[in-house]
Amino acid sequence: MLSPQDIFRPDWSAHRRLTPRSVMLLLKDVKKSYIEPDGTRLPILDVGHFHVAEGEQMVLVGRSGSGKTTLLHVIAGISRPDAGMVRVAGHDITQMSEARRDRFRARQIGYVFQTFNLLPGFSALENVMLGMSFTGGKSDAGRARKLLERVGLGHRLTHKPGMLSVGEQQRVAVARAMANRPKLLLADEPTANVDTGHQQQIIDLIRQSCSDEKVALVLVTHTPEVSEQFTRVEQLEQLNSAVLTA
Amino acid sequence: MSLWKIAWRSIQQRSLASTLTAISMALGVALVVTVLVVHGVLEESFTRGAQGYHLVVGKKGSQLQLVLNTVYHLQESMEPLPYSFYKEFTATGSHKGKYAGYVELAIPYCLGDNYQGFRVVGTVPELFDKLEYSGGKHYEFQPGGRNIDADHFFEAVVGAEAARKTGLKVGDEFQPTHDLGNEGDGHKHDAFQVVGILEPTGTANDRALFINIEGFYLLDNHAKPVEETPARPTPKVVRVHADADKDHAHDHAADHKAEPHEHADDHKDHPKDSADGEANPLRHAEVKHAGEKHADDKHADEKDRAHEHADDPKAAPDGHQDDAKEPAAAPSNSAKHDAHEHDAAKPDADHEHKAASHADDHDHAEHDHAGHDHAAHAHKDETKVGDHDHKADSHAGHNHAGHDHAGHDHSAHGHDHAHHTPLPEDQREVTAILVLAKNDIFSQQLQRKINEGLDAQAASPIKVVQEFFAQMVSSISYVLLALTILIMVEAGVGIMVSIYNSMSDRRREIAVMRALGAGRRTVLTVVLLESILLSVGGGVLGFLLGHGLVAAVSPWAVAKTGVSLGFLQFAWFDLTMGRGTPLMIPYEVILIPALVVLASLVGFLPAMSAYRTDVAKALTASP
Repeated sequence: MLSPQDIFRPDWSAHRRLTPRSVMLLLKDVKKSYIEPDGTRLPILDVGHFHVAEGEQMVLVGRSGSGKTTLLHVIAGISRPDAGMVRVAGHDITQMSEARRDRFRARQIGYVFQTFNLLPGFSALENVMLGMSFTGGKSDAGRARKLLERVGLGHRLTHKPGMLSVGEQQRVAVARAMANRPKLLLADEPTANVDTGHQQQIIDLIRQSCSDEKVALVLVTHTPEVSEQFTRVEQLEQLNSAVLTA
Repeated sequence: MSLWKIAWRSIQQRSLASTLTAISMALGVALVVTVLVVHGVLEESFTRGAQGYHLVVGKKGSQLQLVLNTVYHLQESMEPLPYSFYKEFTATGSHKGKYAGYVELAIPYCLGDNYQGFRVVGTVPELFDKLEYSGGKHYEFQPGGRNIDADHFFEAVVGAEAARKTGLKVGDEFQPTHDLGNEGDGHKHDAFQVVGILEPTGTANDRALFINIEGFYLLDNHAKPVEETPARPTPKVVRVHADADKDHAHDHAADHKAEPHEHADDHKDHPKDSADGEANPLRHAEVKHAGEKHADDKHADEKDRAHEHADDPKAAPDGHQDDAKEPAAAPSNSAKHDAHEHDAAKPDADHEHKAASHADDHDHAEHDHAGHDHAAHAHKDETKVGDHDHKADSHAGHNHAGHDHAGHDHSAHGHDHAHHTPLPEDQREVTAILVLAKNDIFSQQLQRKINEGLDAQAASPIKVVQEFFAQMVSSISYVLLALTILIMVEAGVGIMVSIYNSMSDRRREIAVMRALGAGRRTVLTVVLLESILLSVGGGVLGFLLGHGLVAAVSPWAVAKTGVSLGFLQFAWFDLTMGRGTPLMIPYEVILIPALVVLASLVGFLPAMSAYRTDVAKALTASP
């Protein structure tokens, strides 16, 4: 039986023109599985090759359970793969200690969650600045304010998340993700919890922010209206051979 | 944004739970602070009172009793020492006591009286003029007050708390009462006038009244019974000169036993007796005065008055008038008086002596005057002994003094305290002597010397009190310390439970922070800081609350100890726990770091839970 890798292994030679520098994200033979309570191993991720170029904006489309969140966690260094290489901005984060990986994430990777995940006790401005606290550098309140102004919330800096609409909350989350000038932005179904009227606004904000700061974007969605706006759309089912074996 | 702020926001987010947790901590700390401060201050109040002088000297016995009695005005007074012993500490003119070389200042204390339960101390004004307290503080008087004047025998100074409780004010008079159970009579003495109220000192002296020692001696039963007259327990016989020696006093006492007139001796034959010669004429007057004042005024029923013979109310005024008209009549009056008064074999000798020399007459007159002021009360003025203007009638008055006095109801027209005559030294006693040595080494040497003797003991109040506390009170300190620790641990566990319970709600927040790049140690630190903020915040609140409580119990402490507790009263703690040189710091200085350590300990469990958070799992869990 052919392994999924054999079938889906892309032709690496096709990307030779890409120098390691121009590749912002590169995954190679990344495997991750969970141990079920009964002891059986459940493969959840098996990505032979995946890459995103510097400043590139692409969409991953997959149905629920196709391992998209796990993939993003692995890319962000939140979860560690069982095997394989995850290279972000030229650094293999699988080889880093956890503490280094955390700091690296703080500096290089922005993350927008499906459920926004703003901290309820902090104002909009503080939520944006919170991300800055973990880089080891100084928090730049000026930049945080500017980011919020860019997402149209310059007048709601001191509002707590509970006082903001869901659309506004997600805009704060976008501003927060951009706070440390990341090289790579991961957005996990950023419009799933936003009312349809505001979905496009969020997508536009994310895309605009990324192109303004030349940030590579990996956006996961299962909404066709969103995915069809991107030139590069990858099917997670095709990328992740673990889905097939599952 | 600092981690402190992150921790603080987290506390704010759960404001109710946080407040309750902090309050629980605050109550614990407040309790600890209150107990420690009150206990520490009570302990300190003891050591504080013992400052300003090196030694307390008293009759041999318990050092602790001597110190408690003298320094803290507690317990019953000890047996007194003879005045001659006190003189060993003083040097005046040619007299130099054997301990005087060591001594900077020696303050006599006469104890045994009280006023409304407050100790009355007979002492000298130098106590407030020259002694310090609490390490270099000087006694001060409340506005409008002043120290006792050494020459005004019936003046008094009142401690701040005693004044507050008794309501005595400057200008008021009060009558000390004999301590019950001491002489058992509990009767009231002559009145003393309050001339000053002390500012609060925080020592036991706040709870005492201080009267001029000379006045104290002139009170009933305060003179030492003279040995030759055991059958007469009221030897209110006094002499003019404080420096008169023993012989004279004995003479005197003998006089009033009505037998031998020592002053019948020709003083010219005894040059060394010249003082006697001067004082001699006075005796009768003084005798009269003393007897009249202290016995007749208040205790007409007192049987053993030395001067019943003088009771001739009719003769006295007559004599007085005569004198006024015709001073020359004095000698005869004198003779009459003497004969009358002493019923003795040689009254004339005395008067011969007086008559023989004009100079003597003058002396006579002078001394007379001293007595005469009281007796004749025509001269209620500042007349001093030796005022020659009054020579003429005083010469006559000499005799009348006795008679007059005897007949007068002295209290009816009041008396000028300034003109009382001091009690002779041989009849004086002191209960204790406060000794300020010239230096610490002298103090030790002096203490050793005194303690070698058989009658007296010298105690170093600070040492005695510290030993007492080491033996009796330090065990209480340990119990309190243990209690403190338990209370703090209990409050700490409260914080731990509170934060730990919140962790399940906060797991997602922690995961988000981790996803934003916070390391495990960062989230651990945030939770620890949270715990520290709650503990220290609660601690500070408790500190304020505790000191507020201390300030609230202050009136009680003042009443019980004379120590007033301010809001910023600290309990001092010896870091070395009694080993080696004491290193004193306020308890709170330990309390705050202890709180931080405790908070770190109790915060560690929830912090570890934060540390171990599975970020991926927490992020994917439905919010």
